[in-house]
Amino acid sequence: MPKFKLHLALIVTTFAVLFSSPALAIDFADGVQALNAKSYSDKGRAAEALAATGHERTVTVLTALLNSELFYQKSDGEVFIAKKSGKVYILSSPLTGADLGETKKNALKKIRINNKLRGKLKGLLGGLTLMSADADQRFSAADKVFKASDPAMLGLLERALSREENEDVKSRLTRAHAAIVLEHSKDSSARIAAAKTLANFTNPDVASLLGKLSFLDDNGHPIEKDAAVFAAIKDAHKTVESQLSKWAVLGNLFQGVSLGSVLLLAAVGLAITFGVMGVINMAHGEMVMIGAYTTFIVQDLFRSHFPEAFDWSLAVAVPAAFLVTGAVGIAIERGVIRFLYGRPLETLLATWGVSLVLQQMVRSIFGPTNQEVGNPSWMSGAIETSTGLVLTYNRIWIIVFSLAVLAMLAVIAKKTMFGLQMRAVTQNRAMASSMGIRSGWVDALTFGLGSGVAGMAGVALSQIDNVSPNLGQAYIIDSFMVVVFGGVGNLWGTLVGAFSLGILNKFMEPYAGAVLAKIFILVGIILFIQKRPRGLFALKGRAVEN
Amino acid sequence: MTLARKPLIMRIGNDRLARNVLGLLLIAAFLVPILNLWVPESSPFHVPSYVVALFGKYLTYALLALSVDLVWGYCGILSLGHGAFFALGGYAIGMHMMRQIGERGVYGNAELPDFMVFLNWQELPWYWYGFDSFGFAVLMALLVPGLLAFIFGWFAFRSRVTGVYLSIITQAMTYALLLAFFRNDMGFGGNNGLTDFKDILGFSLQTDGMRATLFFLSAMAVIGGYLICRMIVDSRLGRVIVAIRDSESRARFLGYRVEYYKLFVFTVSGVLAGVAGALYVPQVGIINPSEFAPANSIEIVIWVALGGRGTLIGPILGAVAVNYGKTYFTGAFPEGWLFMLGGLFIVATLFLPKGIVGTKSIIEGYERYRLRLAKYLRPYDYVKGGSGR
Repeated sequence: MPKFKLHLALIVTTFAVLFSSPALAIDFADGVQALNAKSYSDKGRAAEALAATGHERTVTVLTALLNSELFYQKSDGEVFIAKKSGKVYILSSPLTGADLGETKKNALKKIRINNKLRGKLKGLLGGLTLMSADADQRFSAADKVFKASDPAMLGLLERALSREENEDVKSRLTRAHAAIVLEHSKDSSARIAAAKTLANFTNPDVASLLGKLSFLDDNGHPIEKDAAVFAAIKDAHKTVESQLSKWAVLGNLFQGVSLGSVLLLAAVGLAITFGVMGVINMAHGEMVMIGAYTTFIVQDLFRSHFPEAFDWSLAVAVPAAFLVTGAVGIAIERGVIRFLYGRPLETLLATWGVSLVLQQMVRSIFGPTNQEVGNPSWMSGAIETSTGLVLTYNRIWIIVFSLAVLAMLAVIAKKTMFGLQMRAVTQNRAMASSMGIRSGWVDALTFGLGSGVAGMAGVALSQIDNVSPNLGQAYIIDSFMVVVFGGVGNLWGTLVGAFSLGILNKFMEPYAGAVLAKIFILVGIILFIQKRPRGLFALKGRAVEN
Repeated sequence: MTLARKPLIMRIGNDRLARNVLGLLLIAAFLVPILNLWVPESSPFHVPSYVVALFGKYLTYALLALSVDLVWGYCGILSLGHGAFFALGGYAIGMHMMRQIGERGVYGNAELPDFMVFLNWQELPWYWYGFDSFGFAVLMALLVPGLLAFIFGWFAFRSRVTGVYLSIITQAMTYALLLAFFRNDMGFGGNNGLTDFKDILGFSLQTDGMRATLFFLSAMAVIGGYLICRMIVDSRLGRVIVAIRDSESRARFLGYRVEYYKLFVFTVSGVLAGVAGALYVPQVGIINPSEFAPANSIEIVIWVALGGRGTLIGPILGAVAVNYGKTYFTGAFPEGWLFMLGGLFIVATLFLPKGIVGTKSIIEGYERYRLRLAKYLRPYDYVKGGSGR
């Protein structure tokens, strides 16, 4: 069978030859055959020769070689592209791509490559797509060439540069060109110019290339022998690094705001209940956890009933989590907390007990392991800039969500009757009662609201954290810190508290490490409380002091 | 109540519950080691070694609960960070026992503990100096928790941080220490803590004799701790402390320097917790950062709440009872234990505000019970202000 197929292959090849420029085609077929050389350096030369032909199949063949899909027939050494399928290989022609049927495994042998060759192939492939009609492909090809840094690509790069019209691609090509010149050229004035060009590119890869070139050897002499070039490299390195550090500040800021928004979500419900009732609800973290599990259940229902609408699952999970945890919150308030008014420390202990029960309940029902909660497609992925800044979509959405939740609470507090009553009870419970406000119901609804917000926070956290029975425990202490730092009875306090703690934490992390940064923050808060025992935005007046 | 000037012993003698519990403890302190060591195993009176070790551990918890009761029950300071003092005392003794291992460690390095060899440390950090001496280690087990309590209290009480805020920052303190001790760079064994102890003062930790001795010491420490606390709360100073609990601003307006009184009880309480930790670690053979976990500290509070806050005897009973229950139920129904512990928190705060010890008054006076019940059912009739103590 294979023999027959081979004949067929010959016929097909002949057709291919007829349709393309004959001289090139012959070169190309020889070139492919030359890939099956003994030494790796011969293979490399053959690959370069292939790339120089400009044949439209070059990319396919070299990719196949890179992916270990290029084989030769043991009997006659002819080269094929082969894909494994069970016990046999499906063959196709490297020259035309025509299907050549299948053959047994032991008839073929893989053309082996090593790491050096692999790097070369990547560079060559990058170079080949430099001429592609698609700007995106050219763009990524320029980056590949930059990474491979192969002097053989210089000619190709110059050709590509001269005909490139897209500014973005052009800048990437310039970068790759300068990098190759700087690293491999012998002409020192060209290299100095290249270093200057590179200084304009604020990018971590450029910085690491320049850093590598400005290394000192063991005796403290620069590995770069040409003093003028070395100075230029040093200069460029400094420029790029200082630019990058500005971008790093921006990255830290984003990380900090992102952490702050998570803290805000986790803490804002706690701040409400604390503000109105003077009670720290230790079961608050478990409300977050229940919210996350509600997301899990909603997504499960979506998977089994409407898999095509999965992207909408969070839109259902948010109100569902609000209702579920709000109901649990009201049940806790009516069942436990209302018997303990005026005794906040006892309430703290009782709610801790509730939190243990809820945790164990979830553990008994769902098991102690993490549950799989999926990201909808609009929340996965990231915006990446050339300057090394990565903004993931889920973080961005959580920042937006946390601000939306805060806005919603602000509207409830300022514009509704319930909000008015809530504020009245916060400021002076006895007076509010005597004005006819049923402070008991305000308490219950406030507790429900605070818990519901925690549930919505759980939906958001399920997107970035493990959904396990311990989820709430991880956030409860941080939430306390936000609340005591920001002060109670004021949403601004929570907002400012959450974001300043988040940003502070992320800016300290690069210097102190994650754990030390957290310890510093905790100690800082302990000291801060000494100065302002009621937090940043404290309510004033006699009723509060009591 | 009269400021009784009778000797302490007579005052305890008149207090039936205290007399019974302390008497029982004193008898057990002597009898249990005897029944364990010198009564043959075949005899029905023999006390097995594991029971000695178990109850020895419970007694250190009892001392810890006592220290929490002193600040919470009498001064109204709900500390959610007492586990930190307990753990620091434990670390001090643990460091001494670590030094005693010497060449018997896995790496056979007489100069450095195993974990430092593992981390490639070249020499002992300065804060390990002196722990070769038993006396120094014991001193540190008292001094370090005491000093931490003093410094923390100095800042917190002077700036009048009270109530829930104080509870939260004590929790922040123990949480910060938890994170710090988890770091390998701290030089306290990181995640794994200190373990693999061999002996103390030349006596092996694994023998029955050692277990019985530690049991005896723990029982004596509880009795001693009780006497100290009782002396404090019965004194004039104790009256002021209770006054601060009941109305801090009123006590201040009467001219008392509230912060100094609070600082005093808080520091004494920290030292007592440190002693408990120092006795605990040789009995369990390990100390690691999880002792600093905020959840542990909250659990101590429930021993006190269940036993009866502000009674001194109650927390001793509460600690032993809850921990015995924990040992039993985590073995028998591992799933159910957290339900029970959580339920205990709820029941103790809702229905037993004075704990098991204080509850006898309810049984004595049905009227008072009815009153309390009415209070639960119609709380608003009894609530004056909003937030507050």
